[in-house]
Formats: sequence, structure tokens, C-alpha cells
Amino acid sequence: MREVKSDIIRDTIRSMFIEASCSLTSDIKDKLLEYRNIEISDSACEILDRIIENAELALKDRIPICQDTGMSVVFIEIGQDVHVTGDNITDAINEGVRRAYKDGFLRKSIVKDPLNRINTGDNTPAIIYYDIVKGDKISIKVMPKGFGSENMSAVKMLKPSDGVDGIISFVVDTVKKAGSNPCPPIIVGIGIGGTMEKAALLSKKTLLRSLDKRNTNNYYAELENRLLIEINNLGIGPQGLGGISTALGVSIETFPTHIAGLPVAVNITCHASRHKEAVI
Amino acid sequence: MYKKVTTPLKEIELCDLKAGDRVLISGIIYAARDAAHKRLCDALDCGQDLPIDLKGQIIYYAGPCPPKPGHISGPFGPTTSGRMDKYTPRMLEQGLKGMIGKGERSKDVIEAMQNAKAVYFAAIGGAGALLATKIKQQKTIAYEDLGAEAITKLLVEDFPAIVAIDYIGNSLFETEPPKYENKYAAIIQNTNKV
Repeated sequence: MREVKSDIIRDTIRSMFIEASCSLTSDIKDKLLEYRNIEISDSACEILDRIIENAELALKDRIPICQDTGMSVVFIEIGQDVHVTGDNITDAINEGVRRAYKDGFLRKSIVKDPLNRINTGDNTPAIIYYDIVKGDKISIKVMPKGFGSENMSAVKMLKPSDGVDGIISFVVDTVKKAGSNPCPPIIVGIGIGGTMEKAALLSKKTLLRSLDKRNTNNYYAELENRLLIEINNLGIGPQGLGGISTALGVSIETFPTHIAGLPVAVNITCHASRHKEAVI
Repeated sequence: MYKKVTTPLKEIELCDLKAGDRVLISGIIYAARDAAHKRLCDALDCGQDLPIDLKGQIIYYAGPCPPKPGHISGPFGPTTSGRMDKYTPRMLEQGLKGMIGKGERSKDVIEAMQNAKAVYFAAIGGAGALLATKIKQQKTIAYEDLGAEAITKLLVEDFPAIVAIDYIGNSLFETEPPKYENKYAAIIQNTNKV
């Protein structure tokens, strides 16, 4: 059995959050440029230029792209042939987050209690999703998730008879209601199926997918395209000030569900969709 | 083409600002967001003086990252203004004349802005690194225990924004998106043909 020290997990998490906060992934950069070339609103073009300039500055100065360095979401897949030594894994992850937000000059945005809102001062606790998989590797994906966009997300339990039209109208309606608030251009993650929380989890996890990849099932790949057209036809535009660049991408993940149900979740992220992957 | 705006805002300048105008703001502005607004309203409820005199001033809805050594400010972009809607009419009653944030405002706020003759500027959400370069001084002046949510006094120079809602109540969030409805599909079709 392969042994991995918890310190390695901690240090990997630390550098991943700093790196993710300061640099946009290339698929998002490419998409911003692509939309800049087809955008028809002058003010939208100017906003897209500034967004691109902002990302370049952040990368050059090694500072966060956006001051909302988010709630720290971690997806971790642990191979069943790995034995972690040292600290408890959850503690190691939280210590990595603590160090990232201190050493990386990231904003501490977490309050200890949702109603008695006292800041924890170190951005912990992280939101951690564990999976046990085959093999002797540990795969980690991190997402500092901003809340301007998180606040505009929604879950709905549709009826099976609502079908694909019900899904489309719920998704488009959610984006329309979100309007200018989630910092468009946005990326829309959609989870369909499972239970209520499974749909929500899928909708978040699918935001990690590269914008140049489509769902591997043709039916859902086409639904992604159709939704992208309907969303961009809304005219919301960058910052809600009008334009065709409302969403840079739509990604769907599905899961088997119950004969009585059709859960659907929409998780929205802003153009500063930050994430990072690593394998230990 | 940019209009130069300096703080404190004078009524004559303010009435010249129309929805859609691009502006460069210079002078002192105050950063305050959710928790600070709650405290300001609690102070008013208790009949206490506010830690800042809001007459003619601009509040910037924002909470920054800490500055890196050698930097004046960490990334400092706008947050969603709608969360402050509940508190805004009371701030306007105190003489507040301008707000900078991102996203639309409620009907109540727009009405209160018309009564108070105030403007709402939109800055680019998600461009916090770039906007921080326009901040020349920053100092926490109240509610320091709130961390990133403390009230900060900022000296800004040519801070770029757009008049999103003017004092008459014209809102770009209502007038602009309809102009671009149903345009994307045709553009994509033409692009794919090329």
C-alpha cells in the first residue's frame, strides 16, 4: 500500500488555491477573446477588454483576479490503495486552505455561523467532497467559488412529465432572474437527475469541465448548445448592460433518478471561474 | 469619452450625469458592504451618530483582498449592490449622493434615488485587480473587527465606472438588454458559415 504524508496534501492544497485565484485557465481566456470578436455592443466590448486586461495584470503581479476569492471547494478522489499518514485528511485540507489565504493575500470570506455572522478569519472550513476510487493516487480539484454567482443558483424538483422543455424553461428563467448580478459573462453548470443534493453537486462539479469540451452523450451535448443559444439570446450581456456575451458556456451532467422525479440544479459561476487540478 | 467626476458630489454635476455616461471618479470614496451597512442602520436605530458623514459622498460596495507587500491595495472590485438595497434608502436620507457597485437595484432604491437626487455607478465585477490600481490611499476608519467588511476610506484617481441609473431613474439594466435580444443565434450562424 502506497503511503502519502498528510503534509503533502496540505501543501498541494495551499499552492493550488493561490494559483487558482491568480490565473484564469486557458479555455476561459480563449472564450473571452472569441466573444470579444463577435460581440456587437460597444460597451460590452469595452467590458470584455477590461476583463481580459484584468486577468493579464493578475497573472503578471501574482494577485487575485477578483477580490472574492470565494468559499474553498475541494473535490478529492482517494485511491483505495493509498494510506494517508500524519494528520486527519480533513484537517490537512483545512490547514492548506488556511495557509493559502494567509500567504497568498486572499480575502477571508467565511463566517462561522450563517446567522450570527462572525468571520472565521482564515477562510476555513473548506467544503470537501470525498470519493473513493481504484488505484494508489490522490486526485484533487479545487474551486475558490465566488458568491455573487453562487447566490444566483437554484434547484427545482420537476415532474417527469415536465421533460426537456421543463428543464430548458427552468434554466433560462434562472439565468434571466440572475440578470446582472452574477457578473456575466457567466458559465452555467446544470445537474439533472439523482436526488435533490446529487443534482446540486453535479451542477457544481460540471463547472470544472473545460469550456471546449461537451457532454459525451450527443443528446446532452446538443441540449448544452441549445441552452447556450437561448441564454445568449436573452441580451443580458457583460455586467447586465446589454450584449450577446451572457454565457461563455453551458455544461450538463446527469445521473440516474427515481421513477417519480426529475431533479434539476443550476449552479452559476462568473467569468472568473477559477479552478485547478493536481494528482499526488 | 469620459466625464470627470470629483467627490463630494455637487448637485449641479450630478444632474449632468445621464445613464450610459462613462465616468472617471476622483477623490474620497467610502467602501462598505453588507455587515457595515447593517451596523450603520443599527446605529441610526439607536439614535447614534454614524462614523462617517455621508453628505455628498459616494459609497463603494466592496471588500478587498489584503494588499501584497509593496501594494497600496489588494484586488478591490465591486460586489452585488442588490444586497444593500434594504439599507440604501436610509443611507440616502443621510445625504448619500452616489453608489458604486455591480448589478441592478430594486424599485424602492430607484425611487429613493429620485427623491434624494442620487446616482448609481456600475464598475466591472471581476476586474478587482485592475480597479485596485486606481486606489491611491486606503485606510480602515470604522468597524475594523469586520475584516474585509470594515468601512474603508479610499482616495481614488480616475476610477472607471458607468452611470447605470441616473437621478431621474433611467436604468441601463432596463434599456440595454432588450436591444440585444435574439441577436446571438444569427451571429453564431453567420460565424459558423465563414
